[in-house]
Amino acid sequence: MALKNETMQDYRTKQTMETFSFLPSMSQDEIYEQIAYLLANRWSPSVEHEHPSKAGNHYWAMWKLPFFGETDLGAVVAELEACHRAYPDHHVRLVGYDNYTQSQGAAFVVYRARG
Amino acid sequence: MSQNKYAAGVKEYRETYWTPDYIPLDTDLLACFKVTPQPGVPNEEAAAAVAAESSTGTWTTVWTDLLTDLDFYKGRAYRIEPVPGDPEAFYAFIAYPIDLFEEGSIVNVLTSLVGNVFGFKAVKHLRLEDIRFPIAYVKTCLGPPNGIQVERDKLNKYGRPMLGCTIKPKLGLSAKNYGRAVYECLRGGLDFTKDDENINSQPFMRWQNRFEFVAEAIYKAQQETGEKKGHYLNVTAPDPEAMYERAQFAKELGMPIIMHDFLTAGFTANTGLAKWCRKNGMLLHIHRAMHAVIDRHPKHGIHFRVLAKCLRLSGGDHIHTGTVVGKLEGDRGATMGFVDLLRESFIPEDRARGIFFDQDWGSMPGVFAVASGGIHVWHMPALVTIFGDDSVLQFGGGTLGHPWGNAAGAAANRVALEACVKARNQGREIEKEGRDVLMDAAKSSPELAIALETWKEIKFEFETVDKLDAA
Repeated sequence: MALKNETMQDYRTKQTMETFSFLPSMSQDEIYEQIAYLLANRWSPSVEHEHPSKAGNHYWAMWKLPFFGETDLGAVVAELEACHRAYPDHHVRLVGYDNYTQSQGAAFVVYRARG
Repeated sequence: MSQNKYAAGVKEYRETYWTPDYIPLDTDLLACFKVTPQPGVPNEEAAAAVAAESSTGTWTTVWTDLLTDLDFYKGRAYRIEPVPGDPEAFYAFIAYPIDLFEEGSIVNVLTSLVGNVFGFKAVKHLRLEDIRFPIAYVKTCLGPPNGIQVERDKLNKYGRPMLGCTIKPKLGLSAKNYGRAVYECLRGGLDFTKDDENINSQPFMRWQNRFEFVAEAIYKAQQETGEKKGHYLNVTAPDPEAMYERAQFAKELGMPIIMHDFLTAGFTANTGLAKWCRKNGMLLHIHRAMHAVIDRHPKHGIHFRVLAKCLRLSGGDHIHTGTVVGKLEGDRGATMGFVDLLRESFIPEDRARGIFFDQDWGSMPGVFAVASGGIHVWHMPALVTIFGDDSVLQFGGGTLGHPWGNAAGAAANRVALEACVKARNQGREIEKEGRDVLMDAAKSSPELAIALETWKEIKFEFETVDKLDAA
């Protein structure tokens, strides 16, 4: 289709952080649904955080240890919130360790750094 | 001591090579051929002939047969079965002793199994449907240089398929304009871009120039987006020396991935390049030009599941598998069958998906399935359902053809992909609800909204030529 220049939009490059970062921020319920998916796959939830200046590194700081055997969604949410309170100027992401594939079945940023 | 007397002349193959009582050994290499014999040739004789001609046999008895223990080395036709829906053909199952093959040599396996026998007069058509590689043989092959798990770790991509795009037009761009197209795709949200298979080092764009401009595009896109990016730099070349020279230069530029065409270049080149990639920490994307010449005819040639298995053994981290839904041939059940053969560690026999044998890969890494060819955002829900997370979905025209350009096209695909993954994880049936998922995502992405409008009427609904055999 022929487009007039005025209807064509410019695409502004975005700083993104991998899976789900092209979608609008998820609501609390939507985040809970993704955590539930992670737990239903029997992956081990783990919380990581990092200052935006170092977010490009493979390793972010781990919040405590991965929560092996955790099946309670509320407990995972509480750890995410605690990490976010302790490091408000850091990004916080949730990882689901899959010990069968020795990979991460899920990994997405839950809180972006404030400011 | 040989108990036989030498008698010159021609014997019927079945006297030696048809052994219906044989129980295959765990170390045997097993093959299933679809045989269409010439009229008047009994099935057992045709099966035995295939076993003979692909192993120790020749057309006449020779005295040197008696200098060795042929019973130890011969291939054996041990079972025949009718082919559903094809009364003139039958399946022949043949067991080969492992010592017939050089360790770690897919070249040697194929030279034996699909060598002279395919021109043999007693069979009208012949198709190699499947090979069971014994774990003992698998362990002699190096396989994928990195594998799915290592690639995800290197690139930091988890919980979703990856996204790619082949740069078009496939021929004729200058290196600098080509790098521009790469940069635009990557800044818009793709993980990878790809050299078209035809791009090697032609007069309009020599490989050094392409590699340098593409490298700049990748570094800039990575810096601006904060995500890891790659471009499959095609190192397929006229000779091995040139291939390695190109691979080495890609490494010197700090590029994460190179590309190779495994069938046109051949398994010797491919296995060598895979070894180089392992040594040099480079990911290897495999294209499959020429495969349809070999695998498309339902009665003659080699099924792609065999080529896929051979590639996994020879080495590659990605391979094209077709899309099921796009412009190129591909039956859904059969495609899912060989996608499992590429990615899983143990795949049980499943005739409904064209898998004739259990296949145990042991610890051999898996290969990403690449879906590419005539796909666009409307296909995303089906692609995510069919291929799952361990795949690369490649939208060429479906990125570059976006009315606002590559970056917007890339963003549209990324939004659509993430919306589908999110919905799938929520437990929604995204193939059924795909339209709602995409339309909903488009509310916050004008790029996706325009893409959905642009490609709303493109479908590729032709019958598959090579279907699974069914009555």
